[in-house]
Amino acid sequence: MKRLMIALLCLAAGATGFAREAAPTAEDVVVEKRMVAISEELRCLVCQNESLSGSQADLAKDLRREIREQIGRGRSDQEILDFMVDRYGDFVRYRPPLKGTTFLLWFGPFVLLAVGVVALVVILRRRGRRVAPATALSAEEQRKAEELLGLAGKDKP
Amino acid sequence: MIPELGHFALILALLVSLVQGTLPLAGAARHSLSWIALARPAARAQFLLVAFAFGCLTWAFVANDFSVLYVAQHSNSRLPLEYRISGVWGGHEGSLLLWMLMLSGWTLAVSVFSRHLPDAMVARVIGVLGLVTVGFLAFILLTSNPFERLLPAAADGRDLNPLLQDPGLIFHPPMLYMGYVGFSIAFAFAIAALLSGQLDAAWARWSRPWTTAAWVFLTLGIALGSWWAYYELGWGGWWFWDPVENASFIPWLVGTALVHSLAVTEKRGGFKNWTVLLAIAAFSLSLLGTFLVRSGVLTSVHAFATDPRRGIFILILLAIVVGVSLFLFAWRAPKVGLGGSFGLVSRESLLLVNNVLLVVAAGSVLLGTLYPLFIDALGLGKLSVGPPYFNAVFVPLMVPLLVLMAPGPLARWKHAEMAPVLKKLLPALAVAVALAVAVPLAYGQWTPLTALGILLAAWIAGASVIAVIDRLRAGVTGQPLHWWGMHLAHAGVAVFVVGVTLVSAYQQEKDVRMAPDDTVTVGGYSFRFVGVREAMGPNYRAMVGELELSKDGKVLRSMHPEKRAYLTSTMPMTEAAIDVGLTRDVYVSLGEPIDERAWSVRVYYKPFVDWIWGGCLLMALGGFVAIGDRRYRMKKAAAAKQAAQGAAA
Amino acid sequence: MNRFLLPLGIFIVLVVFLAIGLSLNPREVPSPLIGKPAPAFELPQLHKPEARFAPQDMQGEVWLLNVWASWCVSCRQEHPLLVDLANSKLVPIYGLNYKDPRDDALRWLKQFGDPYVLSIADVEGRVGIDYGVYGVPETYVIDKAGVIRFKQIGPVTQDVLEKTILPLVKELQK
Repeated sequence: MKRLMIALLCLAAGATGFAREAAPTAEDVVVEKRMVAISEELRCLVCQNESLSGSQADLAKDLRREIREQIGRGRSDQEILDFMVDRYGDFVRYRPPLKGTTFLLWFGPFVLLAVGVVALVVILRRRGRRVAPATALSAEEQRKAEELLGLAGKDKP
Repeated sequence: MIPELGHFALILALLVSLVQGTLPLAGAARHSLSWIALARPAARAQFLLVAFAFGCLTWAFVANDFSVLYVAQHSNSRLPLEYRISGVWGGHEGSLLLWMLMLSGWTLAVSVFSRHLPDAMVARVIGVLGLVTVGFLAFILLTSNPFERLLPAAADGRDLNPLLQDPGLIFHPPMLYMGYVGFSIAFAFAIAALLSGQLDAAWARWSRPWTTAAWVFLTLGIALGSWWAYYELGWGGWWFWDPVENASFIPWLVGTALVHSLAVTEKRGGFKNWTVLLAIAAFSLSLLGTFLVRSGVLTSVHAFATDPRRGIFILILLAIVVGVSLFLFAWRAPKVGLGGSFGLVSRESLLLVNNVLLVVAAGSVLLGTLYPLFIDALGLGKLSVGPPYFNAVFVPLMVPLLVLMAPGPLARWKHAEMAPVLKKLLPALAVAVALAVAVPLAYGQWTPLTALGILLAAWIAGASVIAVIDRLRAGVTGQPLHWWGMHLAHAGVAVFVVGVTLVSAYQQEKDVRMAPDDTVTVGGYSFRFVGVREAMGPNYRAMVGELELSKDGKVLRSMHPEKRAYLTSTMPMTEAAIDVGLTRDVYVSLGEPIDERAWSVRVYYKPFVDWIWGGCLLMALGGFVAIGDRRYRMKKAAAAKQAAQGAAA
Repeated sequence: MNRFLLPLGIFIVLVVFLAIGLSLNPREVPSPLIGKPAPAFELPQLHKPEARFAPQDMQGEVWLLNVWASWCVSCRQEHPLLVDLANSKLVPIYGLNYKDPRDDALRWLKQFGDPYVLSIADVEGRVGIDYGVYGVPETYVIDKAGVIRFKQIGPVTQDVLEKTILPLVKELQK
């Protein structure tokens, strides 16, 4: 309680001062922004699954410092990413590079989409031809189904 | 003694589930009425036993019984009561028991709300659920017994992971599991239909409300998890494409496809095989998610402590449940009829396109999630697939889906002319284009992606508004509830898209060093740092910051971000302070002390971020309204309701 | 072929991969440095800060570079093995003392024994970054030409030592 009182007094004292614009934590805001952008593409190795930018691990802090320094030395983003891959392998990149082993990863979704669309068109066309004579039967099915539910005749959407 | 009773109840439950999983199914096949009649009582006994076991574990937590190993690992005598209760599902064993409780709860619900269904059908559904129950109870009893004793008892517990000591833990897992496990009902209906050969519109009508209910819970569960991550992790993100998040998102995508294809199967008798396959897939992917989370094959922030035996057990369970189902599908599906005919352009074909896009999206997320495992298993090295990949792949797949969401509900069944639909949508398009130009400009920065997001959101919302006006003007009264539900859910998607678009494009953040009286401004909001004081919580010591939030010189409120050190953990926890608003959140989190007076502080301005979860809430609400549709009720209730509506009108 | 079998086929392939996945450790990251020259550096020695060490000094010799720190708990686990190995004189072990205050490091060696021919002090952890260190302890086998041939991530075990490291060292020493 006593501690709280003191804290409150400090707060009251603090409130009488003049407001100043807070300084950014980073020495250089532009460098920091680039560092964050780069480190979001990178995986923290010691954490479970976190980006380098979000991690509080020691190694992550060291690597962020390394990135800042390299930006300071005028390295390009690509050079910095290459620096990391040279040391830790493709594992550090959250955006896997496009190469033989990742073709399926990068093109898979679009191949899947193409296959899906082609299959859809083929099935719809074939279905259109096959289903026509069967309509009477399916109407019968429909009627039976509604009978089962006891809803025949009601609730036509 | 009580833990032993709980353990014993689980063993009894396993015995009951063996009965539940065999006799009703055999009875339905052999037309034995007495065996069929066992289904409902077995489901009820099953629920009582599992609920009793769950109660025993809860009691052990509440009473601080540290002679139970699981309690000693996940609780502490100083843990507040609400977290002692939610701590029951704070670890692997207990969360599995929660999963089990949900499964028997859903089964109970089927046994109660199925009086209008043929008994043989109910027996099959409950039987299939019984078989799944056998698998999970065996899993719990053989590899993950939550009632295992610790002798001698621990003096005090190791405590619940501080990240989990949050209201998020109370609501997120139960909701998520309700959704995950709820798909087991759709699954059981599909398997029952395949077993009986009765795959028709009636089947779709029976399973549709259950599927929608599961989807509603899963939507809420995922949204709650996302919101929890947003305020708890302290860096204001809301989705990280972590394997465990994906494990819940993949079934959601497939479940969404299922909800739509069920509409066609019910209304038009079409897509029957496809619908059955989706129902099997939705639950299979829930099981796969369970495997991924609990086996340790993928690294994730959320993964449970792993034990190789568990991984093998779930994999075998997965292989049996899904393998048998897909085999049954391959055997029975070729004999199923095609249903009503429809044209190349029709509500049906548009819904099929929706299904293709959703399933391809689910497949892509699955591919990205499992790709590191594939590559590693083939000995081709290690790689990581993270947010940059998923954003690059997922977003383009969603664009056509969102485009089609507007004309879809306006197109006619069987055969649709697109020209009148598009003509009707012209006002929506005009408004959408205007907003897509104006909104980003109002924020001072126009980018094509932001404009696209706003365009799509307004397009979808506009289409729903036009549909509603259209019906009202035509004097059509008493639209069925499912129609309102659909438009509500679609409007939810629009709201969600607005949130995602605006917060990704216009959020601002600043990392600053603040001593008392320093101010920082972000997004037009000023924070004045007042100071930091120490405070004690029930089981932690906190440094509580005080910042005064103001806008245009007017003081709005005081904000209190915290940095907590839990007594039993070395990990410091960040509790952000958030000022929630309809059009923006203002978010502060306390970093590290820099010297005696100054702290590093991170402030965010997040425009429209709450629309993300608001949109999810609307989607869930839409689903909830749709379940209320009278045609899902039994005959008597339907008649009663119709009468009531007549009286009200 | 029955196209309805397709989902089952896909699922079986998936299960096979998942089963293989169970036996893998997703957290172990192979080093891309294997087969490449050990990165150059020059750092002060731990015991004699005025003297320096560079890997080029080791040309013509097969040696182990063991990354350790006094704050690293699992280093204690492998330490007795390293002490035994040093006594057997089969291969020289050099220590890279990673991000450690000098006093702590020296005290630690006094307490648990010093298997290293010498230790190098990498106080800032920069050499660690060049070597792709992410989980101390790590051990590198470097050949006569200065090329990294093997990297053990995490503590060296009896098993790894006898089945992998020592046979490799013998092979390289020929």
